[in-house]
Amino acid sequence: MLKRIAVVVLLGPLLMLAPTAGLVANADEAMVALGKEVAFDRRKGNCLSCHMMDNGSLPGNQGPALVAMKARFPDREVLRAQIYNPLEKNPHSIMPPFGLHGIISEKEVDAIVDYLLTL
Amino acid sequence: MKKHVAALMVLFAAASWSMLFAGPEDDRMAFEKYFTSKFPETPKHDFINGIYSIDPPSREQWLEIEEFPPYELSIDAGRSAWEKPFANGKGYADCFGDGAVRGQYPYWDSGRKEIITMELAINECREANGEEPLKYGKGKLADISAYMSFMSRGQKINVIIPEDDPDALAAYERGKQFYYSKRGQLNFACIDCHGSGSGNLVRADRLSPALGHVSHWPVYRSKWGNMGTLHRRFGGCNRQVRAASFKPQSPQYRELELFLTYMSNGLEYNGPGARK
Ligand code: HEC
Ligand code: HEC
Repeated sequence: MLKRIAVVVLLGPLLMLAPTAGLVANADEAMVALGKEVAFDRRKGNCLSCHMMDNGSLPGNQGPALVAMKARFPDREVLRAQIYNPLEKNPHSIMPPFGLHGIISEKEVDAIVDYLLTL
Repeated sequence: MKKHVAALMVLFAAASWSMLFAGPEDDRMAFEKYFTSKFPETPKHDFINGIYSIDPPSREQWLEIEEFPPYELSIDAGRSAWEKPFANGKGYADCFGDGAVRGQYPYWDSGRKEIITMELAINECREANGEEPLKYGKGKLADISAYMSFMSRGQKINVIIPEDDPDALAAYERGKQFYYSKRGQLNFACIDCHGSGSGNLVRADRLSPALGHVSHWPVYRSKWGNMGTLHRRFGGCNRQVRAASFKPQSPQYRELELFLTYMSNGLEYNGPGARK
């Protein structure tokens, strides 16, 4: 009896971990895909109207090209803040405050950050 | 980019400074200088051609379009309306002479304490003669405005803000405030796109400089497929940043027109125009 409980106690977390780990990987991919979709969607991020990124067609040139993001943004929160409210860093920024003004949802902000970090 | 941001901040600083110490004329000189320095290749008088004054490739296409101008039908319709008497036997000529009056508008009417635009005056002429007012954004009124603008080509933009009239100055200041205020869910000011952003690409569109923006109205816009007035364009630019727009000829848009036209003082009226 005790032994059995011990096994359950030991295995329990492992059993729970195994499938979750798989889910996390899928969730990451799903978030990156969502991020790309939102970034390219003209009604949502429409980032291409100002940024060259990911070989998107007809990019604008109001903002810097979004390349080598992981190297340039080692701190994820700095990148998130730029999407959430660029006016915090530059009060005259013309980049829309996507999170603050609810142009996209919190989850979509996170998804865009995940996606950008793959560029 | 950095340089332009810096220059814009100087412009902002100049704008807030001028609220304390200077008047519209100092604003205008700073405004003009911003654009003539930003686009040194463009002769000052050419800013009335909007995006085509700073973008040689699209200028080529536009010059071809101007050979068979899409606004010609509208001028003709306007001329017919002009020549057709009102029910009372009078006509537009009784209000506006030969119609070449674009250069007199917009102006501050000290008696009425409001801004009178040419479009407003067209409807006031109709109503004074017992006719129904026309819609302000497009259609018949745009035709009559096109005819009058055509008759007025070459007149100088010359808005006067009577500096001894605090109400006139206040109306001017509100128009200026409107132009520099961020608005809408996307949080853009007019000056973000047509000042610091001018010359930049937004997808396939290049943004035109604000200097000369008011010279060539009404406009036949390919995207609209017909003629529209300046205030129709204001509404479109407000809505594209998901801001509330105002009615054509609302006090807000008349103030905006007063400010923006004052900024182009000295340039020529060359309406009607054709744009993408
Ligand atoms: C209307 C123009 C505009 C739009 C739309 C826009 N941006 Fe920007 N962005 C800028 C500008 C201008 C900058 C330069 C910094 C500043 O002024 O905030 C910038 C900076 C950035 C930066 C920092 C880049 C660096 O190298 O420092 C990131 C990251 C970024 N934008 C991502 C995005 C994403 C993602 C979207 C869409 C969800 C987006 N931007 C939409 C104009 C825009
Ligand atoms: C998000 C960008 C953006 C903002 C903000 C914006 N505009 Fe525009 N505007 C455009 C675009 C794009 C065009 C069409 C291309 C061009 O001529 O610049 C345009 C065109 C115009 C034109 C016609 C230009 C011409 O030569 O016929 C006028 C006038 C104008 N805008 C006024 C305004 C005013 C006033 C505001 C603020 C209330 C404003 N715009 C805000 C993007 C913007």
